[in-house]
Amino acid sequence: METLLSLLEKNARLSTAELGAMLEKSPEEIEQMMELAKEKGYLRGYRALVDWARVNGGADHVQAMIELKVSPKKNRGFDEIASTIAAFDEVQNLLLMSGGFDLMLIITGKSFQEVAQFVAMRLAPLDDVLSTATHFVLRTYKKDGALYEDEEADERECTVQ
Amino acid sequence: MDYEKLLAPAAQSMRPSGIRKFFDLAADMPDCISLGVGEPDFKTPWAIRDAGIRSLERGHTRYTANAGLKELRVEISRYLQRRMNLEYDPQDQLLVTVGGSEAIDLCIRALVQPGDEVIIPEPCFVCYEPITALTGGVPVHLATRPEDGFRLTAESLKQAITPKTKLLILPFPNNPTGAVMRRQDLEEIAQVLRGTDVMVLSDEIYSELTYGTERHISIATLPGMYERTVVVNGFSKAYAMTGWRLGYAAGPAPVIRIMTKIHQSCIMSAPTTSQYAAIVAMRECDDQIEIMRREYDHRRKLLVNSFNEMGMSCFEPQGAFYVFPSIQCSGLSSQEFCQRLLQEKRVAIVPGDAFGACGEGHARVSYAYSVDHLTEALRRIRAFLAELKG
Repeated sequence: METLLSLLEKNARLSTAELGAMLEKSPEEIEQMMELAKEKGYLRGYRALVDWARVNGGADHVQAMIELKVSPKKNRGFDEIASTIAAFDEVQNLLLMSGGFDLMLIITGKSFQEVAQFVAMRLAPLDDVLSTATHFVLRTYKKDGALYEDEEADERECTVQ
Repeated sequence: MDYEKLLAPAAQSMRPSGIRKFFDLAADMPDCISLGVGEPDFKTPWAIRDAGIRSLERGHTRYTANAGLKELRVEISRYLQRRMNLEYDPQDQLLVTVGGSEAIDLCIRALVQPGDEVIIPEPCFVCYEPITALTGGVPVHLATRPEDGFRLTAESLKQAITPKTKLLILPFPNNPTGAVMRRQDLEEIAQVLRGTDVMVLSDEIYSELTYGTERHISIATLPGMYERTVVVNGFSKAYAMTGWRLGYAAGPAPVIRIMTKIHQSCIMSAPTTSQYAAIVAMRECDDQIEIMRREYDHRRKLLVNSFNEMGMSCFEPQGAFYVFPSIQCSGLSSQEFCQRLLQEKRVAIVPGDAFGACGEGHARVSYAYSVDHLTEALRRIRAFLAELKG
């Protein structure tokens, strides 16, 4: 199962026949394994890696990381505030962190103003939020294992081998 | 100047590489997908690159001992013991060379005299024949067959041996077929060779890249074979270090001594930076080999399965990073098939006859490429075959 998941993580568009060939299983067996992976919550979906900075020259797409310090609740720890924040559509990723702050958010908006607005008007006023620190993303070099720079050319050309 | 008269006939008559021709064509096609190269797509593991950089920072920029850094030879000897079950004394049985290629050259030159016969099982890597010819030796081609899994059989070897036979080249795991020799196969070969004066050049450059549960076995581990075998190996394929140009030979001290003398005159010593980097490869990178091997294995299965499905019957290779499917279902010759595939679908693979006449009817496909690259190439080959049959 782990091998199937790591193959899919690299390329979710491989067909069940191709995956089956690589893992010596029938396409039907692969289908079943993927179903099982979904049921167990191992597979959370299939997404494309989009480099928005290249779409319309990156207009209308601003990303920021926000560090939050929050006060945890007696019985539910960070879960309550986390689920409140996760409910915002703007929030793409939400992680509980060790170290100097508690929650890390990655949010996207159309402009710096929009992101700033979101932090000021919706995030900061929440009762349990003690402080925020917003860092705007200037450039993505690598995301989820994929290089966002121009691909390196294949230099291999030695021919007598 | 009449250069044709001046140049040595043996050198002039070296045949141009059949691979070269294709790559020259392919190089001018921007949308061409190549499955042609014979070197890993992985980068050299970082720890190894770092060791090379550190050696430069510390100013290790001079020649090393002719036979190679002592420390590296000790590591190679430990490695051969650990992974290949071979024991060699780093003092006088190991020689660090400029790639496995130099080790092959030295071994042939150290042993072969004019008129000596060198048995070369084919299809195979293209360097053995020209080097043999340059020394005045006589290449004896020995065809392996798909029905034998492209293995060398004792029967055919027996028939090829004459009183003039000096050397048997044993190129397994094999480029281009991916064939391997199992213990039983090697035992049968050893039986033919014991009691003769025939030496073996065992080119084991792909020894780390075998698939399935059985690991590579060196013929030198069999009784009576150690003293008649020179093992050639290197860092290029196992550690993705082709550009570092580093290999080695291991064998009986008297042979290695002479090979070292030739090496001393022609090369002096293998690249110093590469040697320092290779020490770290041997010490720390067994797990890196495994990561690459697993990845190759997925691709190998994908290709074998796809070619068989397309009707290009494909023997399942157990080693190296090539598959060698039959192209006979197309009704074309290897050259025609590869040329038309290149022109019509912009996919470059190497015609099988580039690796010896018996490779006709096949083509070599390298899987030293990403899965994405391979699936696109397979899609084009499938379309090509469909149109042919159309």
